[in-house]
Amino acid sequence: MTESSELPAPPASASPEPSAAPLLTADDVARVVDRVAHQLIERAASAAPGAVDGGLADLVLIGIPTRGAPLARRLAARIEAFSGTPVDVGTVDITLYRDDLRLRGVRALEDTRLPGSGIDGRLVVLVDDVLFSGRSVRAALDALRDLGRPRAVQLAVLVDRGHRELPIRADYVGKNVPTARTQQVKVKLAEVDGEDSVTVVGGDR
Amino acid sequence: MKRHLLEAGDLDRADATLVLDTAAQIEQALAGREVKKLPTLRGRTVVNLFYEDSTRTRISFELAAKRLSADVINFSAKGSSVSKGESLKDTALTLEAMGSDAIVVRHPASGAPHRLANWVKGSVVNAGDGTHEHPTQALLDAYTIRQRLGRLDGVRVVIVGDVLHSRVARSNVWLLHTLGAEVTLVAPPTLLPVGVGSWPVDVSYDLDAVLPKADVVMMLRVQAERMNASFFPSAREYSRRYGLDGRRMAVLPDDAIVMHPGPMNRGMEIAAEVADSVRSTIVDQVGNGVSVRMAVLYLLLGGAPE
Repeated sequence: MTESSELPAPPASASPEPSAAPLLTADDVARVVDRVAHQLIERAASAAPGAVDGGLADLVLIGIPTRGAPLARRLAARIEAFSGTPVDVGTVDITLYRDDLRLRGVRALEDTRLPGSGIDGRLVVLVDDVLFSGRSVRAALDALRDLGRPRAVQLAVLVDRGHRELPIRADYVGKNVPTARTQQVKVKLAEVDGEDSVTVVGGDR
Repeated sequence: MKRHLLEAGDLDRADATLVLDTAAQIEQALAGREVKKLPTLRGRTVVNLFYEDSTRTRISFELAAKRLSADVINFSAKGSSVSKGESLKDTALTLEAMGSDAIVVRHPASGAPHRLANWVKGSVVNAGDGTHEHPTQALLDAYTIRQRLGRLDGVRVVIVGDVLHSRVARSNVWLLHTLGAEVTLVAPPTLLPVGVGSWPVDVSYDLDAVLPKADVVMMLRVQAERMNASFFPSAREYSRRYGLDGRRMAVLPDDAIVMHPGPMNRGMEIAAEVADSVRSTIVDQVGNGVSVRMAVLYLLLGGAPE
């Protein structure tokens, strides 16, 4: 979910560069995904010392549509490339769990697919493109509760732009981007938008 | 989407496709889950206002609303103040004063849901009005066809039986036309409505002639409760000319399906061996009804109140 601010503009002191030039290029996105994949492998290995699969059989990557879903698939592909172990991937659509449906109106639903082996007793890592208010993540946590009982849930995001409205933080962050509330963080991914980039637009100069 | 769902004509092609896609996503999201419940309509109230007997439609709407976490009030005219003479309008206003957000209405009078929609502020969903329309049945039929055949565009659908009294047939004609299917009606001339010439359909009196080219055969119930005149000589003759038996099923193309909105008169319009065959989608239709009605309630009620 590429979230955008809808609040009236508060005065943004020390506003970061709102230029149209991308904050992350396609190469940067690829490097960030590789780094987070390595971090996931490392964390899994340290949680299960001595395991043949490096603890990765326990791991399930769950993407939050729209753009979290291809991100989760990319992470899984990179983890397999680096470690040789395939990782389960799924998606969970959170639309029916959102707390802002009445504010924003209904929208079309997207796929919910879990790996055949389920999520019970496993380590679920939620994957999303932008972490903003934290409301999408809370909706995803509510959805997970109805889908099974993971051993633990963690969160991986491509961009953390701040302005949390809930006590939620990411375990794996591709890039921390300080923004003003009035700005928008636009994430493009090849699978959805035809190219990879992250841009910050709008806001006060 | 419009605020109410009163007839199949309220849905254009984009809306109808949105309902079917949403239903498919809901079905997929709930498949294999232990907790078959979504929090989407928490705090909303749906009233099932039924002035006519119904088993599957009322239970289906009730289940759909409950799976979306709405509060459900079931109201049937029997045993209520309606038997003391309270009018439809007063009943509806009473229910709305108690905080209902949507009214799902079934009524023996054609057009009752339209009247209702002018009186209340919430959404009205037509669950069958007289011999007029039953739009959610058409939606679940379209959903079932798409699920089995993978498409609706260009699908040849034959609707057989009492078209005159059938709100299911009317809604299906308009919805399937919107979605690009080709509909043929087959019935004795006495059971076709007067204005059928203006409908976007072909009409035939010969079931055997149309079956070899059909992708879908939809059998309508012979509605004994609405048959106060003699529309055909005898049940046996009707069954012989317009009933679907094993012999007729054998001439259907290999992947053709047989549908029935229920309740069935086994041995009358449909033979037991046909109803229980692998071509029959009758049980699927009931299951799909819940997903489709969840989609309708979500799309009508999920967003911002007017």
